[in-house]
Amino acid sequence: MAWTRKILRVNLTDRTCTSEPLNMEWARDYLGQRGLATKYLASEIDPKVDPLSPDNKIIWATGPLTGTMASTGGRYSVVTKGPLTGAIACSNSGGYFGAELKFAGWDMVIIEGRASSPVYLSIENGKAELRDASHLWGKTVWETEGQIKAEHQDPQVRVSCIGRAGENGVLYAGIINDLHRAAGRSGVGAVAGSKNLKAIAVRGTLGVGNIANPKEFMKVTFEKKKILKENAVTGQGLPTYGTQVLMNVINEIGAMPTRNHKDVQFEGARKISAEAMHEPRETDGKAQLVNNQACFGCTIACGRISKIDATHFSVVNSPKYWGASGGLEYEAAWALGCANGVDDIEALQYANMLCNEDGFDPISYGATIGAVMELYEMGVLTKEEIGIEAPFGSAKALTYMTEITARSEGFGKVIGLGSKRLCEKYGHPELSMSVKGQEFPAYDARGVQGMGLTYATSNRGACHLRSYTISSEVLGIPVKTDPLTTEGKPALVKAFQDATAVVDSSGLCVFTTFAWALSDIQPQLQAACEGDWSMEKLDLMGERIWNLERQFNNDAGFTRKDDDLPPRLKTEGAKVGPAKGMVSGIDKMIPEYYELRGWDKEGRLTAETVARLGL
Amino acid sequence: MQKSLHIDPSKCTSCLQCEMACSFENYGVFNNSLSRIKVFEFHHTGAKVPYTCTQCDEAWCMHACPVEAIKLDKTNGAKVVLEDVCVGCKVCTIACPFGTVNYVAETGKVQKCDLCGGDPACAEACPTGAITYVDANWTGLERMRQWADKLGNQSA
Repeated sequence: MAWTRKILRVNLTDRTCTSEPLNMEWARDYLGQRGLATKYLASEIDPKVDPLSPDNKIIWATGPLTGTMASTGGRYSVVTKGPLTGAIACSNSGGYFGAELKFAGWDMVIIEGRASSPVYLSIENGKAELRDASHLWGKTVWETEGQIKAEHQDPQVRVSCIGRAGENGVLYAGIINDLHRAAGRSGVGAVAGSKNLKAIAVRGTLGVGNIANPKEFMKVTFEKKKILKENAVTGQGLPTYGTQVLMNVINEIGAMPTRNHKDVQFEGARKISAEAMHEPRETDGKAQLVNNQACFGCTIACGRISKIDATHFSVVNSPKYWGASGGLEYEAAWALGCANGVDDIEALQYANMLCNEDGFDPISYGATIGAVMELYEMGVLTKEEIGIEAPFGSAKALTYMTEITARSEGFGKVIGLGSKRLCEKYGHPELSMSVKGQEFPAYDARGVQGMGLTYATSNRGACHLRSYTISSEVLGIPVKTDPLTTEGKPALVKAFQDATAVVDSSGLCVFTTFAWALSDIQPQLQAACEGDWSMEKLDLMGERIWNLERQFNNDAGFTRKDDDLPPRLKTEGAKVGPAKGMVSGIDKMIPEYYELRGWDKEGRLTAETVARLGL
Repeated sequence: MQKSLHIDPSKCTSCLQCEMACSFENYGVFNNSLSRIKVFEFHHTGAKVPYTCTQCDEAWCMHACPVEAIKLDKTNGAKVVLEDVCVGCKVCTIACPFGTVNYVAETGKVQKCDLCGGDPACAEACPTGAITYVDANWTGLERMRQWADKLGNQSA
């Protein structure tokens, strides 16, 4: 059990909401959330479909442990075909929305078609209806959430919605819930926008009460929470410093992509680090960081709540930004800072707030700005074209470009296309630091070789969360491997990819895996869900989910050549640090990885693999 | 020794483990809407504050009840709703100055914190020590210790 066994199917074209039973056979093979939603999507749409057409579908999905007392059990995923990449898109978010959807009695919401005018989906337990959202169109995420709560006269409604970026088709627009938690990557927000779907508002009071073995579940979840508490990363590092704990660590090992990957160390890293967020400012004597915040059910609590310096140039005339708000996470601080050479932490916080307020991915956005600044310094882009002088390191350029991107004004429309299309437009496709059209996150593939393979083979385009080998290559979890060698990395990446696919399908957060192995999650699933949930079954399931995504991408037209890194990472050696002179060994790793995966030389699943995994 | 729930909002992360533990203890379901302890988030300041019944000695709810459905549990000081007796008139919800007795439409009765019979599930589930169950006479002990540390525990 642990599933509600109910799916809400919403057809926007016909304006209908219908309930249907969950396919339990699929649930046993794909668990929930990422895996199960991908199974539904792959079975229902043509992989070649235009992502922004009515024929694409978009799915909000919880996992069996969403809405339970298992630590971090509040996750949901948004699965669709992504417009940034044309590949499978699957973005995962915390906050409180996922649990609320489950409490309302739904495992999943499948959205089809396209509404003729803006609508939002209102769910109150079993009652689901589409409501007019014309008055919400053009509003930010923050305004939308406030207005829906006011209209429903219910402060306990949870809202998952798009801001102006999603409406305007910014190709890396995200879906935001609870003001600053994001299903951030791959442009899932643009898909919602293309369907004229502004938001899902949900209030659930049914709860999750169908745990298979409640007594055992309480016992085992308490034991596992203790492991998180006692672990140095999940018990101390993350609650105290958030993911920003990594800023100085990654910089020191020379794996900090800086100025569009021209450099691998950022001289300003210290000024935008977790430590800097804790330090009192000269202007008001207060630290930027206010406190930490958990998502639903999370006993780690890595989330940052920050207050910007009200005297900073970006907000001095905008009091609405002066209150506490979602603070800098490592990836955002990197993308908005290191990728552009900007070391003004207040400017970063402002840009980060705009990403939340209007719903766009700070990773892809910041990395795109890195490309803009390089093109500006090369003289390809001019002040007239951009609207401001934009050399590397300019905080003014960063904040200006964030504002025009949020509003899709002028050059902001071009920035909203992402770095691949932008660099192609100006004749320098090689300067886009992306794979399959999605920008890299905050680890240089020259200094951490496993991450290069992670990026190249990630099913949703460059992404750190599909196989976070930083755990092993840098932090030594579960065992230390040498970040500078390619040896053994194909097997390491495959193992991480498969295990993460299970975590992402369970309802739990991948950050638990700093302390938990899959064997710590297995007994929690076993106690919650009826039937057999052995390690063997979970291992195979992770592999099955990965291959299902891959199969979808292959059918969408992706081939061997799409599993590659930009020339810069293969030809320009790292300038300094432990990896000095090194390039990515991606070409060496790919054939071995394909073989381990049971794919042919072109990266297609062999018939044996399809049969073995029951695809 | 009488004990009472002690809340330190500065330690709360709003994970809602307390709410789930409460609903599970009382109803066997994970359902925050049935929880007798609530965590409030104040976005503008970033504050998160758990709030529940403080078990007043001269409890307004107990005195207001016309059918004596709220009784003192002498072993722990809790004011306990007797569901069999409660008629759902909601007078106690008006009498309580703090809003911590609430009507449950599904059962037609009111509910409030009863300290789980002396072993509150919320305190056990709280991962940060924001909710503790301590000697009722010394709820200030930890804060006194912190100030004592500040005042007199400097190394020479």
